[in-house]
Amino acid sequence: MSLGSFRLDSGGLIDRGRKISFTFDDRIYHGYHGDTLASALLANGVRLVGRSFKYHRPRGIYGLGSEEPNALVRLRQGARAEPNIRATQIELYDGLVAHSQNNWPSLRWDISSTLGLFSRFLPAGFYYKTFMWPGKFWPYYENFIRHMAGMGRSPEAPDPDRYEKRHGNCDVLIIGGGPAGLAAALSAAKGGALVWLADEGARLGGRCLGDGNETVRETIATLASLENVTVLRRTTVFGKYDDHLYGLLEHTGDHLASPARGMPRQRLWHLRTKQAVLASGAIERPLVFANNDRPGVMLTTAVLHYLRAYAVRSGKRAVINTSNDSAYRAAQILAAHGIEIAAIVDHRPGTKRRDMPGVEILPGHAVIDTSGGRDLTGVTIARLAGNGDTVRGSERRLDCDLLCLSGGFTPCVHLYSQAGGKLTYRQDIQSLVPQSDVPGMLVVGAAAGEFGGDEFAGGEAAMGRPISLSKSRRKQFIDLQNDVTAADVELAAREGYRSVEHVKRYTTLGMGTDQGKTSNLNGIAALASALDKPLADVGITTYRPPYTPVTIGALAGREIGVFLAPTRRTPMQDCHEKAGAVFTPAGLWQRPHYYPRPGETATDAVNREVLAVRRNVAVVDVSTLGRIDLHGPDVVEFLDRIYINGFNTLAVGMCRYGVMLRDDGMIFDDGTVARMSETQFIMTTTTANAGPVMAHLEYYLQVVWPELRVHLTSITDQWAVAAVAGPRSRDLLDSLDSSIAFASQAMPHMAWRAGHIGGIPAQVFRISFSGELAYEIAVPADHGHALWELLLATGGGFDVIPYGTEALTTLRTEKGHFVMGPEADGRATPGDMGLRAMLSAKKDFVGRRSLRLPGLAPAGRLNLVGLIPVDGGSSIPAGGILLQSQVAGPLPDKAGHVTTSVFSASLDKPIALAMVRDGRQRLGEELWAHSPLDGRIIAVTITDPVFIDPKGERLRA
Amino acid sequence: MLLIHCPHCGPRAQTEFSYGGDANVARPPAPEETDDRTWTDYLYLRDNAKGSHAELWQHIFGCRRWLRLHRDVVSHEITSCSDLPRPRTGNGS
Amino acid sequence: MSRYSFASLVRHGVMGHRGWKPVWRDPEPKSSYDAIIVGGGGHGLASAYYLAKNHHLNNVAVLEKGWLGGGNTGRNTTIVRSNYLLDANARFYEHGMKLWEGLSRDLNFNVMFSQRGVLNLAHSKGQLETFRRRGNAMRLNGIDAELLNRGDVAALVPGMDLSGNARFPIEGGLLQPRGGTARHDAVAWGYARAADRRGVDIIQNCEVTGIRRDRTGVTGVETSRGFIASKRIGLAVAGHSTQLAAMAGVRLPIESHVLQAMVSEPVKPVLDTVVTFGAAHLYVSQSDKGELVMGGDIDGYNSFAQRGNLPVIEHVAACLLALFPQFSRLRILRTWGGIMDMTMDGSPIIGTTPVPGLFLNGGWCYGGFKATPASGWVFAHTMATGQPHSLNADLNLDRFRQGRVLDEKGAGPYPWAH
Ligand SMILES: Cc1cc2nc3c(=O)[nH]c(=O)nc-3n(C[C@H](O)[C@H](O)[C@H](O)COP(=O)(O)OP(=O)(O)OC[C@H]3O[C@@H](n4cnc5c(N)ncnc54)[C@H](O)[C@@H]3O)c2cc1C
Ligand SMILES: [Zn+2]
Repeated sequence: MSLGSFRLDSGGLIDRGRKISFTFDDRIYHGYHGDTLASALLANGVRLVGRSFKYHRPRGIYGLGSEEPNALVRLRQGARAEPNIRATQIELYDGLVAHSQNNWPSLRWDISSTLGLFSRFLPAGFYYKTFMWPGKFWPYYENFIRHMAGMGRSPEAPDPDRYEKRHGNCDVLIIGGGPAGLAAALSAAKGGALVWLADEGARLGGRCLGDGNETVRETIATLASLENVTVLRRTTVFGKYDDHLYGLLEHTGDHLASPARGMPRQRLWHLRTKQAVLASGAIERPLVFANNDRPGVMLTTAVLHYLRAYAVRSGKRAVINTSNDSAYRAAQILAAHGIEIAAIVDHRPGTKRRDMPGVEILPGHAVIDTSGGRDLTGVTIARLAGNGDTVRGSERRLDCDLLCLSGGFTPCVHLYSQAGGKLTYRQDIQSLVPQSDVPGMLVVGAAAGEFGGDEFAGGEAAMGRPISLSKSRRKQFIDLQNDVTAADVELAAREGYRSVEHVKRYTTLGMGTDQGKTSNLNGIAALASALDKPLADVGITTYRPPYTPVTIGALAGREIGVFLAPTRRTPMQDCHEKAGAVFTPAGLWQRPHYYPRPGETATDAVNREVLAVRRNVAVVDVSTLGRIDLHGPDVVEFLDRIYINGFNTLAVGMCRYGVMLRDDGMIFDDGTVARMSETQFIMTTTTANAGPVMAHLEYYLQVVWPELRVHLTSITDQWAVAAVAGPRSRDLLDSLDSSIAFASQAMPHMAWRAGHIGGIPAQVFRISFSGELAYEIAVPADHGHALWELLLATGGGFDVIPYGTEALTTLRTEKGHFVMGPEADGRATPGDMGLRAMLSAKKDFVGRRSLRLPGLAPAGRLNLVGLIPVDGGSSIPAGGILLQSQVAGPLPDKAGHVTTSVFSASLDKPIALAMVRDGRQRLGEELWAHSPLDGRIIAVTITDPVFIDPKGERLRA
Repeated sequence: MLLIHCPHCGPRAQTEFSYGGDANVARPPAPEETDDRTWTDYLYLRDNAKGSHAELWQHIFGCRRWLRLHRDVVSHEITSCSDLPRPRTGNGS
Repeated sequence: MSRYSFASLVRHGVMGHRGWKPVWRDPEPKSSYDAIIVGGGGHGLASAYYLAKNHHLNNVAVLEKGWLGGGNTGRNTTIVRSNYLLDANARFYEHGMKLWEGLSRDLNFNVMFSQRGVLNLAHSKGQLETFRRRGNAMRLNGIDAELLNRGDVAALVPGMDLSGNARFPIEGGLLQPRGGTARHDAVAWGYARAADRRGVDIIQNCEVTGIRRDRTGVTGVETSRGFIASKRIGLAVAGHSTQLAAMAGVRLPIESHVLQAMVSEPVKPVLDTVVTFGAAHLYVSQSDKGELVMGGDIDGYNSFAQRGNLPVIEHVAACLLALFPQFSRLRILRTWGGIMDMTMDGSPIIGTTPVPGLFLNGGWCYGGFKATPASGWVFAHTMATGQPHSLNADLNLDRFRQGRVLDEKGAGPYPWAH
């Protein structure tokens, strides 16, 4: 057959003026603008396009759209390569490159197809029955299975294209642009509704594409002219979600070699509608018989589609195998376009159709086998007997290169099912159709089983049921993509996997990338025969979204790379960057971890920063701490109920440290509260808990104690805060132009003052985390940068340096301060942290009642303690587990664990904090810190957690 | 995705809200006077109704109000969304 | 019933596979049993198997309202691991891990247990330190664990983006080499076949609608197929524990939530390890069929609908691309949801209830698939002896009354937070 002879000289919706070249498996072919890859391949006489999943059988183009099970290719190259794309949905563009997949060394000669020889030993679920001995071999078997499975290859480079998300709202969403959808859109639009219409295809028209239907053409034109109608072509409605939200995937750039400039490749729509109209049509059902999978075996509607829309003949001589009347009209059209009809083989014994002069019509017959190698050369037919599922009499062979199958039509009810709709079996069309409306969704046209006209009239034959060929071992495929045969379904039933869901899972029926669009109903029919049950009683597997596969990139949208989550920056962030800080993530923030100088190691830098705080003065950015403004007459009462300690004695101008619990008695957060005025307070929270604490406070205020008159405002973002710490911090502040008196008498420990520093309005809080004399200076966020520069200006001779969170960790460890996370890990009570004295006896507070539960009683709980190495020099393994002995027996009793381990530059030795069972009563005892992860076991002594200045003289200095 | 009709902000996507659980769980007004059983009932036990469920949601990316919804937990249909009951007076300090 | 083996496969193959017999019988329920297990998921079936095997209780029925394994057993992302911090959890799950390692042969059914390693990623030094504590605790509990630095991670998972340009650059991770995945359906089927073989009646399409009790305890269950008597009833109904317990007047510290999962189209092997993202919620592995199997957080509100919404799916996709930008052009093939019991502390509940004769196996949260063998083992023990096994002694219901919760995450009494 010469190349090109499959294309008709005229007709079709292609643009013959625009010739396009493309390659498939490295061979150059030509097609026209308006072609799909499938139509262009067929036009070039390319019939073999892929290999099947399990047996690597040769396969050709089978369908016309998203139902295609066979023709999956690897499209494009390099970073744009993508596997498993259906040739039927690829619009041809100049330079298109596609490759077949799942074969080696080539599509024609695929070694793995020899698997077919052993297929009798590889029935459905064979892997459950073997590969168990010897047990240690399983990884090898598995490796082999994994390499045999899979379809295409994953891309290896990051995606160069962009994806976008948009939100839309409308009154009516029409799903499907075939005749029913178009009619629905028009009538809704005429009623003034805001209408959106989405269709998978590049052109509207559905099954009327290219058939010259005038009404359809006019409707499309009218819709295009209406302002209240939005038409989305190349757009799949893939899922129905709660409250009438639909997920739509618009292929904005897939029909081009690469997306147009400034355009995304795909756009994901979240479309909320009041009403949806499901007009998704119906998909033709194949018939099941031996070797029904060769290239050249196609759905009749597909053959028609290629002829009308692309002017492509899918073959030269066709046999039509049908069980309904629609194929007769198709046969006429095929014949009219020069495809020879060898015969119409009709399963129905009683059919009276005789309207094709010159064509042999064989009622009560079926195709029972096909012949050919990688291409169809003929079919075997026989007369049917019994229920139409057994064969009688002699077989006959017919030569053909095209076999058109038409086993009836299956409505596309996926979205209806996703919306919770129930299906019912209709005998006349032998299909499952919507039982009743679901709120907000109307099903119309073929999707509702209304096929209209005689074209789609059904028949009485056993559509889609496999024909029982008792001794035959030849494969009768039901699911072409996953190579599930009628025998597999029978085997499942025989072995007791009788629920449809069991059959699906045992055989993998319908679990391919086509989601069984052509196989599900035939599978049910096969199961019904195997179980000898009416089809209606077999049930159906649930349809799971999406309707067709959705690109992961489109689901992620712009939330990729650094945009995965917002990055929060403090007002001083660029100062840190300029200073060469190494950053560490803290929630959404990036905080300076330390500021290395040239040639310094991390340890050097941290030690230098720690010593600067202990001996001189240094500055840290604490803008990330949460800040909440509390206002109102009942704030004190509220704070008393929230914190474990009391606040009614807190004077204006002073601050107090507080700890809050969850109601289950566990520490939730800690921070300070400053009293700004009689009725206004500012609370700080830990960085990580800024959001949760705010929500916690709002919960108690709004839900539990609505009678309290307190107003909350989160002000974290309004302030920039720097902590100045070290014995010379006051000297530094005194050296600056400020309206505030920093002397201890004027501003004692835990006092706060307002004023200005260097002309910047500021609130200064004398609080300390490091245990040194320290001030936290809060300025309006806009001034943060200026404040930081002012503090770090080298002019005053203070040699001020910035320090990061690692030094902060060392400093607080030296002081024995616990933090949320390592020590207070959501399982710790105030008693565990040695805070019993803080618990107010005078009032109730959140979490207090839980502290009386038996499990929270002090005895036997983990307590915060310090650790030092017995040898004085070994570092204590972070995350080490503390045991009584050096030798860890099996399942040893744990005494506790190391929570924070640092080298204390101030003390010049390693120290650690730990949580130890009854630890406070065990000071001085020795334990072993085990870290099997790095093979270390270190003897440690339990100490008080406060290593430096236990009396707090330095911070009060 | 749920569409929650906030009485203050209008219909908004569920992603603007954060979930707060069963709205019928009442914190005992005088915790210290309750026994362990009553207290742990409050802390831990839930009816987990299958059907209409009264629940709390906070409009965190909106008005920040805690709201009370009735939602069918099988169909996810929201039948009401309102503010919490007004405060009883007299308890404040 | 024939044993499965390579030889039997060949023998049956020669005969066209017409000789295979049903894997389980389809018996009518008897009027009474020594023990009844409600729920034909992995846990119910495993419990029945071990009741028969370890405790010689063979007059046992498993009642399933739909089809075996149709609940979460057939919906999960099949991750198996025992990398827990708290002793009670770690020792329980590690017992399970040991059972997994011999399960295919014990059941004579290949459950395709694949010990490809489970890797938790860390994105900061602090997170790595938390992993260090967990890894050390695991090792001392006899569980395998390795702390990986960035280079180790790169060697283990070649395709991962370790460029440091990511929003949450990877610092390292905690690996449990013996962790992995298994074929979920096969677990249900394998246990069902093995239990059936030991005389257990597996009854599908039999919904329990009521629990009868008298002063001494439970006396039987009302079902869609009539009353069935038994003085020993075990509940193993995953997301419906509260519903069933309520039939006996018991309230539980559990809420039902929907968890979604999804798979991509199948591709040739690209990922040999189970990977969890440490900066947000994502876990991903590649099935033997080639699909990337993924999940994330629960949708976050009470639900009995076996379907979820888009935000979680979109977030999972975004997290996946944070680790593997090259998967952007792959496509999600299917998504689905399962109803899960979320407990108030994130740990399961296996043990006795206040009603004599009524036993509870539930509260599995995200992680009950991996527990299947261990759960069946200790639940069978508890049902047979009336006493918890040492491995589930701490997993009792009473812990909530006592304030002895097992809060692995330290997230507090909010079921949706675990
Ligand atoms: C999406 C998802 C992902 C998950 N991923 C993982 C994972 O990676 N690793 C992991 O370890 N775990 C995972 N899990 C959790 C795990 O799936 C479950 O914890 C586990 O399967 C529970 O098993 P089961 O036997 O208890 O429950 P199920 O398998 O749900 O079985 C319970 C059975 O009880 C039946 N039943 C309910 N009510 C009645 C009644 N009234 N009468 C009779 N029968 C009844 C149900 O029909 C059901 O078959 C995941 C869960 C989900 C939903
Ligand atoms: Zn609002």
